[in-house]
Amino acid sequence: MVTLPPKSDQKILLELNGVKKYFPIKGGILKRVQGHVKAVEDVSLQLYEGESLGVVGESGCGKSTLGRAILGLEELTEGKVRYKNEEIQDLKRKEKLKFVKEMQMIFQDPFASLNPRQRIGHALEEVFTMHTNMSAKEKRKSVIDLLDEVGLKEEHFEKYPHEFSGGQRQRIGIARAIALNPSFIICDEAVSALDVSVQAQVLKLLKSLQEKYKLSYLFISHDLGVVRYFCDRVLVMYLGNTVELGTVQGLFANPIHPYTQALLSAIPRPTVQKNLKRIRLQGDLPNPANPPSGCPFHTRCPIAQDMCKVDKPAWQEIEPGHFAACHFAGTKI
Amino acid sequence: METLLEVNNLVTEFRTADGNVQAVRDVSFSVAKGETLCIVGESGCGKSITSLSVIGLLPSNGSITSGEVKYEGKPIHNLPFEQMRKMRGTKISMIFQEPMTALNPVLTVGYQLREPLILHHKISKSAANKQGIELLKQVGIPYPEKRINQYPHELSGGMRQRVMIAIALACSPGLLIADEPTTALDVTIQAQILDLINELKEKLNMGVMMITHDMGVVAEVADRVMVMYAGKKVEEGTVSEIFENPKHPYTIGLLNSVPNVDDPDFELEPIPGSMPSLTEQISGCRFNPRCKFATDICREIAPPEFSTKEGHIVSCWLHEKVEEEVKHGHLTAQI
Repeated sequence: MVTLPPKSDQKILLELNGVKKYFPIKGGILKRVQGHVKAVEDVSLQLYEGESLGVVGESGCGKSTLGRAILGLEELTEGKVRYKNEEIQDLKRKEKLKFVKEMQMIFQDPFASLNPRQRIGHALEEVFTMHTNMSAKEKRKSVIDLLDEVGLKEEHFEKYPHEFSGGQRQRIGIARAIALNPSFIICDEAVSALDVSVQAQVLKLLKSLQEKYKLSYLFISHDLGVVRYFCDRVLVMYLGNTVELGTVQGLFANPIHPYTQALLSAIPRPTVQKNLKRIRLQGDLPNPANPPSGCPFHTRCPIAQDMCKVDKPAWQEIEPGHFAACHFAGTKI
Repeated sequence: METLLEVNNLVTEFRTADGNVQAVRDVSFSVAKGETLCIVGESGCGKSITSLSVIGLLPSNGSITSGEVKYEGKPIHNLPFEQMRKMRGTKISMIFQEPMTALNPVLTVGYQLREPLILHHKISKSAANKQGIELLKQVGIPYPEKRINQYPHELSGGMRQRVMIAIALACSPGLLIADEPTTALDVTIQAQILDLINELKEKLNMGVMMITHDMGVVAEVADRVMVMYAGKKVEEGTVSEIFENPKHPYTIGLLNSVPNVDDPDFELEPIPGSMPSLTEQISGCRFNPRCKFATDICREIAPPEFSTKEGHIVSCWLHEKVEEEVKHGHLTAQI
């Protein structure tokens, strides 16, 4: 299949330029900085209006940190984040408020972010108290509309978080995120904790909201099946580095980077195919505090050569709209 | 094949503040030597409780109220505590979802690995140590001599799960129960662990009972599959029967809820509603409130088990109609 370049008429909503996030490791009696965990290493990408960009990778690859860094929940070590052509990484708290309304996040476990002693309706009303000057009546009405929007009922207004099932709680998380009509939502493993039948419901809900409100999603997930279903483009990360970026069709049909190939091959398919040859990666993810030299993947890569241990491969456009960082990009393993 | 484990009409109840609650309702199945049975279902369907009933590790407020569990033809569900304890490890052993909570953080890997060997085989510590190193080698841990003296926190998630498997296999049990063994792991590590379990099963001719919610994992490792819903077995069959010719609407719904990585045009078809709680009273078929085929009989009388083909059991009044629909493409199991 041919990789289609992103349509030129699409407007760039969000742009990352050399974004880095290092966490210091402190140790010793004086708590001096002894090193850094390089959670996000030099990420540059563009997100278009109305698209869903999937971010996949194994745990510890920096995908969640990337999401948090975009929202300003983590201070960047280096790099620029531009949202609608405005740099937002160094804004003061007050200036940021404008963007907070536009950029929202849905978390993996909404129960952890809900106050167990506060009724759901009141928790959702707080969003409007913070950002608008609605009257109590208007707030209540808005919340009921929101509940309806995400498939909950008016009677849920007076209920406490523990009275909801996992899927319903995630719907509450979604209601909170869309309350202020954002244009960009980061979903951080938003459906990972749900059962498959409920997961499918929530994915459908997110899709219908996207169509209705022209939302853009940054969809962080470890589940490639979900990403293939949900997203337009995919970014694959490994140990804080971006290894491949492409359209869903292009990347899944023709993965260029050996890590992506192995990752795709490792997913258990819900189909019975015996004697299928699988690529099996050896070993574990290296420690991000002490990443390998050269290409971060060389320790597990089946086609690594000597140069991979020394030279870090550059991020380059291999096909139109399809980027990868590998010296031997395109080699099938 | 030789039957290893036989479970007949198992009912497991819990005493709760709201009265007795049935978590497993009249479930029967068997596992043969060298066979992998996968029990699939969503959280709360009773799959974990079924496995805990088999190994006799139910929480103190739970008990098997009727039915029987037989291992190699001998009933084991009513064994006294000490005898059951001798069974665990030597005949039946179990690996859990989260290896970090199952391993003791203040004891070395070696200590935990030697413990079952010393207890069951009554061998010396040094002999147990030697055997422990062999076991770690068997599960593919590099530098076992070094690893055996380390603590669980020094190992990665995949390594910990390998250690759990080594401990479970220490006394060469006939039956291995694996409760979501790879759920907490990354896909590349998951693939390694599933390969390992398969390899060891063939080498040691064990029966494996794998509990999972992941249809992908099922397709990869199972010989036979049992689908559970709200405490009941709804369908059972060989892995190819279940995936290629599913008969229960719930099984079809499950298959249609999992996005397919290989199919760009896959359309999700979620099952409406959510799993009922155990206390909820549902007359007739437990699945009827979420089933799009449900008719009056489904709402009134619980369906019996229909054996449609050798080994394919389905508990649905409408299995023939559902099958017809699937055949004519009105209802596609998109696989």
